[in-house]
Amino acid sequence: MDRESAWARVRRNWPVRIGGAVLAALALTALAAPWLGTVDPTLFDPGSRDLVPGRLGEITTLDGEIIKHTFWFGSDSFGRDIYSRVLYGARVSLAVGLLAALLALAFGIVCGLCAGYLRWLDGMVMRFMDGLMAIPAILIAIALVAMWRGSLATVVVAIAIPEIPRVTRLVRSLVLSIREEPYVEAAVALGTPTRKIMFGHILPNTVAPLVVQGTYICASAILVEAILSFLGVGLPPDIPTWGNIMAEGRPQFNLYPHNIFIPGAFLAVTVLAVNILGDGLRDTLDPKMAKRV
Amino acid sequence: MLHFIARRILATIPVLAIVAVLVFLLLRLTPGDPAAILAGDAASPAQIAQIRANLGLEQPIPVQFAIWLRHLAAGDLGESFYYKVQVTELIAQRLEPTLSLAALTIVFAVLVSVPLGSIAAWRFGGWFDRGLMGFSVLGFSVPVFVLAYMLIWLVSLKLGWLPVQGYQRLAGGVWPWLRHLILPSLTLSVIFIALIARVTRAAVLEALGEDYIRTARAKGLPESRVLVRHAIANAAVPIVTVIGIGIALLVGGVVVTESVYAIPGLGRLTVDAVLARDFPTIQGVILFFSLVYVGVNLLIDLSYVFLDPRIRY
Repeated sequence: MDRESAWARVRRNWPVRIGGAVLAALALTALAAPWLGTVDPTLFDPGSRDLVPGRLGEITTLDGEIIKHTFWFGSDSFGRDIYSRVLYGARVSLAVGLLAALLALAFGIVCGLCAGYLRWLDGMVMRFMDGLMAIPAILIAIALVAMWRGSLATVVVAIAIPEIPRVTRLVRSLVLSIREEPYVEAAVALGTPTRKIMFGHILPNTVAPLVVQGTYICASAILVEAILSFLGVGLPPDIPTWGNIMAEGRPQFNLYPHNIFIPGAFLAVTVLAVNILGDGLRDTLDPKMAKRV
Repeated sequence: MLHFIARRILATIPVLAIVAVLVFLLLRLTPGDPAAILAGDAASPAQIAQIRANLGLEQPIPVQFAIWLRHLAAGDLGESFYYKVQVTELIAQRLEPTLSLAALTIVFAVLVSVPLGSIAAWRFGGWFDRGLMGFSVLGFSVPVFVLAYMLIWLVSLKLGWLPVQGYQRLAGGVWPWLRHLILPSLTLSVIFIALIARVTRAAVLEALGEDYIRTARAKGLPESRVLVRHAIANAAVPIVTVIGIGIALLVGGVVVTESVYAIPGLGRLTVDAVLARDFPTIQGVILFFSLVYVGVNLLIDLSYVFLDPRIRY
């Protein structure tokens, strides 16, 4: 497959365009949050508790300054502005999704290359991965975060670990078929060092399926992060994440459902965009996989 | 046949062994004294010393693992410091709600998704097919708890048809039990319907392209019989496989769903145990769920023999 045409096909693909545009817009919004009419997302104001979306109110900053502020998405039971919290929360979700995907891919690639190419390691690595896969992903993540206490780094690692076996399996199966290709045989015959064959000849040919797999991991990582926060076992509640906003909205759900529905909608749209992007990439980059599912 | 079953059962032993090692290491990787962690925050020094002696924490790690494994083999998962009962007993108490929820979810999901996926494959590329695939992407993307709150808001708060949350034991009558489980299992089944429908569609689509389908049609079989008897029957193996893989997904869903609907099952127990840092319970629940996952997938592997007569081990 030559590189130019693959990229051109990806760019022409509508799902890729739509998913990519939504995600780009979200990432821009998240980065530009301070300039989009937000206030400090951790700011408590007892005077403006439980406001419905769209209400004009006042908020007192830490310096004692009173500013007029429109609560576009309402406020929570501490008087924090949901609009600001949702926008800043997007940073956490996108960062966790991206970092967890990269981390899982990195470890999975190394394990998969070793298992697929260094045959003596294969049995050991794959049995270990089978065992890891037998433990439901969310339980590993919950248990690890509970042990380490929540921070961005621990949440990312805890979410990435249960994803590693799937990447390892994918890379291993790709390596097993690629290593039989004539160009690998030629490289071996020329006495190329094993490390160079693994990373220089085999790895580049696994890129397309891995990009696709990476987007799916990203989608599931964003969901798991929200679930952890929502259950109260993820990032500390003062950090604005979509899951935390929803967790705070739970007790008052029958009166103020927007505290759950607004961040929930953002979460759903984000995950949907990542999934659509992944489907588009799969159809254009990896036609073999597209036929399978 | 017997030979195959024995070999397949033996093959689960390394997997279970690695699960045991991982769960064992989970506690040892925690910063701090494992005995103090296991005893909980309110334990006295005497209790901590008791646990330390009991688990042999002065011994080297492999010896500790052997001791832990011996307890495990005797069905001893330790005592929950939060609930002050044996973890095995705790799991047994919480099993019914989770089992009810999981069973209803799977039955409902299969009953809905297999026909939907088959029709989509049969009308490949049509509006029904596209609609179902769109729904499937949506089903994967809408978080379980957001869906749960949407259903609670609509069905329980606005329409008042079903209880908002809670659980009634089956012993108290089928209808109260079912009433409390309709919304939770509906919530949980959406992602399953998305998953199974997708795989059903792909598998039936592949079967429909086979020569025997053309033969069946050529000899004048009605289309419904071609679809059910020839296409779906031949697509059974991937469909059953995905249900087994989905068990892992189900566990994650159960944790969240039970939390939202306040169902006192194993999922709720997991979250409570984590919040209380009740390590014996966390370990026990993880081991239990993993065992279920491995067991179900073992049964599914064995079921291939009945689903596909060509498979002879």
